Amino acid sequence: MTSIYQQQIIDLYKYPINKKIIEDADLDYGDKNPSCGDDIRIYIKLDDDQKVIDVGFQGSGCAISQASTCLLTDEIKGMTLEEMEKLSNDDLLELLGIEITHARMKCAILSLKVLEGAIHKYKGGAVGSSVAENV
Amino acid sequence: MLTIDEQISKIREDFPILNRKVRGNKDLVYLDNAATTQKPKQVIDTISNYYLEINANVHRGIHALSEEASELYEQSHKKVSDFVNSKFEEMIFTKNTTESINIVANGLEDILSKGDEIVLTRYEHHANLIPFQQVAKKTGAVIKFIENDDNYNLDMQSAENIVNDNTKFISFPHMSNVIGSITPAKELTKLGHEYGAMVHLDAAQSVPHMKVDVKDLDVDFMSFSGHKMLAPMGTGGLYGKEELLEKLHPFLFGGDMIEYVSYEEATWNVLPWKFEAGTPNVAGGLGLGAAVDYLENIGMDRVSQIEHYLTKHAMKRLEELDFITVYGPDANSRGGVISFNIIGGDNGMFVHPHDVAALMDERGIAIRAGHHCAQPLVTQIMKLPATSRMSFYIYNTIEEIDFAINSLVDVNKMFN
Ligand SMILES: Cc1ncc(COP(=O)(O)O)c(C=O)c1O
Repeated sequence: MTSIYQQQIIDLYKYPINKKIIEDADLDYGDKNPSCGDDIRIYIKLDDDQKVIDVGFQGSGCAISQASTCLLTDEIKGMTLEEMEKLSNDDLLELLGIEITHARMKCAILSLKVLEGAIHKYKGGAVGSSVAENV
Repeated sequence: MLTIDEQISKIREDFPILNRKVRGNKDLVYLDNAATTQKPKQVIDTISNYYLEINANVHRGIHALSEEASELYEQSHKKVSDFVNSKFEEMIFTKNTTESINIVANGLEDILSKGDEIVLTRYEHHANLIPFQQVAKKTGAVIKFIENDDNYNLDMQSAENIVNDNTKFISFPHMSNVIGSITPAKELTKLGHEYGAMVHLDAAQSVPHMKVDVKDLDVDFMSFSGHKMLAPMGTGGLYGKEELLEKLHPFLFGGDMIEYVSYEEATWNVLPWKFEAGTPNVAGGLGLGAAVDYLENIGMDRVSQIEHYLTKHAMKRLEELDFITVYGPDANSRGGVISFNIIGGDNGMFVHPHDVAALMDERGIAIRAGHHCAQPLVTQIMKLPATSRMSFYIYNTIEEIDFAINSLVDVNKMFN
């Protein structure tokens, strides 16, 4: 059995990338896994062509949830809203590059759930009840 | 007399599951006993024998199997009531602590009224909190909480400040399932009675681990789970003083819990059956009886001694590690439950309990991570996202604990 704790995951937990607040973000949304306390808020700044020019996140939680957010936020740089909307759980798992068991799936995909929520909110949709207030 | 280590080895022979391998040929190290315990062969054989030889509905048929099943089921009630020193009529079989507490809380609905006070503690497992939140909403009663001291021991001074003439009901755990603190159950019960309050004890984490005597404690109600004390899942008990159970409104209605029935009316069966509606979990009930036999055979004092031996060793080893923070009192005033976190020491990195548990699991070690069904305690009082928890029972060994703690050293090295 290979460990899901590959060096990449641990390094991203210890030295996260894109971990910053963007004050004038166009998209800004947070959510959490109430059962385990993973907590992520994503900030996205768009350019005139509606492409991601800057992205940041704040959050706390397990190494899997935090590494996943690092990887996802890096992946979406330069993407349009439509491109981001097409991202699937499988794309994210591929970025993580590890086999995620059922028990840890919620940790792994929280970042994508937050991104989807951010886009939904940006487009004027109603936001869920579990929006993180202060991450 | 056997040494403790010899006795543990002997006990392990009764638990075949402890020999299994997990996660690719790793020896299973089961340290999640506060969640549920493993079952000895004696309990499993009792259940299997019931279905192979006896299976029939109880209290109904005038035929051989039904009579045998009914007799064994009642014998099992007797064993369990003797185990905690209650009367036969005072011991109701339920499916778990949660159901037991719901029976009591449901009964409070026509006893409490607006302005009455329910007193709980900061330790509460959700099972000992939500049912009372609901009663409070329905009746207008108010819930108040007894505080802990800095070591997470229950603060009797706070109890004395909070309990007053409006206090109608007090419920608290005998031992915290998160931090292992043992509460002064007798003292707190006495305090409640001085103000005329009824007292319920959540004994889910004490009945399996120590001698509990309801008459000595003088509690009015007490709940526990069979599955946390070697018995099958779907078993538990509710003790209640006879005169109070007589007054309490039944929780479930239907067959077996009635005496006379017309199209318009019904009267209730005698205790304990008034609270056991419908076909019961007979095999489970017999399994619970077998678990009690098993524990009595070891002796509850010896059970506590074994657990204390393991807990003391684990606490000592953990205290030597500066990257670990253990929550709660020292080994002498706690049960076999240890909540901790890898904080990382000076300038270290907090390792999230889910990562700790997952990395332990890769080594075959079962521990629990999260808020242990006591979310307010962990997040509001301890102000933590979660903790890791190891919890011991009579079949755990010093070697297992050493292996687990050495694994924590490895986990810390990966991050720090
Ligand atoms: C202190 C305490 N109370 C109540 C419960 C609920 O037990 P059950 O889930 O068996 O109803 C537990 C077990 O998790 C517990 O540890």
